[in-house]
Amino acid sequence: MGMIVSIEEIAPAFKRYVVESPEVARKHEAGQFVIVLMGEHAERIPLTIADTDPEAGTITLVVQEVGKSTMEMGTMKAGDPIQVVGPLGKATHIENFGTCVCIGGGAGIAPMLPIARALKDAGNKVVSILGGRNEELIILRPEMIEASHEMIYTTDDGSFGKKGVVTDALKEYIEEHGKPDLVIAIGPAIMMKFVALMTKDYEIPTVVSLNTIMIDGTGMCGGCRVAVGGDSKFVCVDGPEFDAHEVDFDLMMKRQRIYLEEEEIARKRFLEQHACRATDGVEVS
Amino acid sequence: MAREKIEKKERMKIPRQPMPAQEPMDRIKNFNEVALGFTEELALAEADRCLECKKPKCVDGCPVGIDIPGFIVAIQQADFEGALAIIKKDNTLPAICGRVCPQEDQCEIVCVTGKKAEPVAIGRLERYVADWEMAQEGEVKMPELPPASGFKVAVVGSGPAGLACAADLALRGHKVTIYEALHKPGGVLVYGIPEFRLPKKIVQEEIGNLEKLGVEIRCNFVIGKTASVEELFSEYGFDAVFLGTGAGLPYFMGIPGENYIGVLSANEFLTRVNLMKAFAFPDFDTPVRLGDNVAVVGSGNVAMDCLRTAKRLGAKNVICLYRRTRDESPARLEELEHAEEEDIDFRWLASPVEIYGNEEGLVTGARVQVMELGEPDDSGRRRPVPIEGDQYDIELDQLIMGIGQGPNPLVTKSTKGLELNRWGNIVVDEETMMTSIDGVFAGGDIVTGAATVILAMGAGKKASEGIDAYLRGTAEASKTA
Repeated sequence: MGMIVSIEEIAPAFKRYVVESPEVARKHEAGQFVIVLMGEHAERIPLTIADTDPEAGTITLVVQEVGKSTMEMGTMKAGDPIQVVGPLGKATHIENFGTCVCIGGGAGIAPMLPIARALKDAGNKVVSILGGRNEELIILRPEMIEASHEMIYTTDDGSFGKKGVVTDALKEYIEEHGKPDLVIAIGPAIMMKFVALMTKDYEIPTVVSLNTIMIDGTGMCGGCRVAVGGDSKFVCVDGPEFDAHEVDFDLMMKRQRIYLEEEEIARKRFLEQHACRATDGVEVS
Repeated sequence: MAREKIEKKERMKIPRQPMPAQEPMDRIKNFNEVALGFTEELALAEADRCLECKKPKCVDGCPVGIDIPGFIVAIQQADFEGALAIIKKDNTLPAICGRVCPQEDQCEIVCVTGKKAEPVAIGRLERYVADWEMAQEGEVKMPELPPASGFKVAVVGSGPAGLACAADLALRGHKVTIYEALHKPGGVLVYGIPEFRLPKKIVQEEIGNLEKLGVEIRCNFVIGKTASVEELFSEYGFDAVFLGTGAGLPYFMGIPGENYIGVLSANEFLTRVNLMKAFAFPDFDTPVRLGDNVAVVGSGNVAMDCLRTAKRLGAKNVICLYRRTRDESPARLEELEHAEEEDIDFRWLASPVEIYGNEEGLVTGARVQVMELGEPDDSGRRRPVPIEGDQYDIELDQLIMGIGQGPNPLVTKSTKGLELNRWGNIVVDEETMMTSIDGVFAGGDIVTGAATVILAMGAGKKASEGIDAYLRGTAEASKTA
């Protein structure tokens, strides 16, 4: 059983959790994830690891509140117990490739941090392209600056960096500096799809880290399966990273929506219950 | 209270006592246990049918060698506590085994009473005494432990093999820690077998009894990820390791359309419902999708569990697609009969060849190939052969693959020097159950491929003997060195 050491809001609907989990902290390598579980009625949620401190025995999770479970997680306090299992999935293949462009979109910036760091440590030139709807949503900037040699930012509203999306910035970078040796992209499926389409044209090796629906995370259920190069692969044990040019993103996006209806039911129910409690609180004070 | 002994020839005249059960049309609306268990009266009448053979065949038929006539005679005396003590010498999980063992293929098939009449209902009697104990006030009696041996053993996986191995090792005085990847112990007993066949309360109680023997259980710990087998020795200080990681890798058919939404493995379907309690969504967070028309491919026990679960979740038409016939069906007869009573549409000699879906990626149906039986194959069963041109379409909202599971590769692939066979199962010495790595033992589905709960328990128990001998041998060796 793990325990929440601290919670901090780092952007609207983004929280940073430091969680006590000595075994995971000791074994984690860039690219791996954990599954957390908040209680008897909870679902098992796969979350990427943004950072670890093996000496303190803690891991850092950066979580965007999108559904019932992540919102519920946001109501937890330091000292609360939380079950953590991992580190799961294969680690990122790290070597000195030369120049690596690390593209992080939204919540995908968090898992990119340990990967960028590992690439930099291995002697790569790391160029990070971070994208978000607006300035506030480009999370973990100080950490990513430290892990990169060069930073490029894009925002949908132009409030920070370049106005536009990450693929615009990638294209501009390639046209100015030539082809990098490797592109890694983590973010919304649609973003990864368009990065893959672009780098395929340029023939740049590209890796994406997929986030699909999972239960056990150990290869037992197959709920996370995706088509990669025509074969069925399990994201939890065969991934989460795959050759971007082989992934069937359209199918993956459909499969991510399997439980959309149920997610909405659970989210509404949580918000109703939560609103009641908030009102109660106001009356008491 | 002593009961009078009945003459042997009179015993044969007593009919096999029927198992009280929920009515089919009631039980498909709930997840409560189907078989309700004997009353005391039924148990005593059934026990009286045992002939107390001098050379009992039933004991040989039992994978863990329970003294069956011994415990049945105790029941005849209404000494339920004594009966259970006899069972527990060889089997620490009687409430589970009494429910899910295929007794009809093991102890009961060789029962001497069964030669002229129906065999004694050994499994039902085992269940009766185990349930009797759970219903008693106060603490469950556990066997006395010998002095601590000073050895530490890690058991990987808390399914039937691991639990049986852990219990026996504890009874031999070793300190045992079980590592379980999921958040609840029990393996297939918890994620796979449904509540209506094996109530989870029973599993919890029997696992709780293990903990009373001093066995420690660490959940959320994935060997191969959280720690490697090597580290269990070098970092965690264990003297031996038992691998009972089971058959956790779901097989798909490799036919077109398998990634449509609504096509899922039996493991996923059962895990959602049994482990994550998706039947109670949204009170429990994990959902499960279900439409009116559900098909399950396969006809083993896992397929039966899926069919009957789908029915209970409210599916209107639940179809079983099996490429052979009822006779070759690998499910226990009791499970098959229960499913038939529950209005499952069995389509024998039928196998899907393609799955249809719509633009949103949702499954809409399947093309089914009609088969006939040809020559016997390697398994001795007649091989199903497609009848050319004989295909039909069915409408579906969900298709569940219940065609079997392979060995989970998480541990095997991450452990250097572990010899595997061509299917990925671990190779062991049949006597000692030791793998190609010194001090690492294995048993259950990870060795044999998907089988039954009791065979896995038998393997776990056998491995405990090998581990015990290994530990005492190395201890002797280090003393003389």
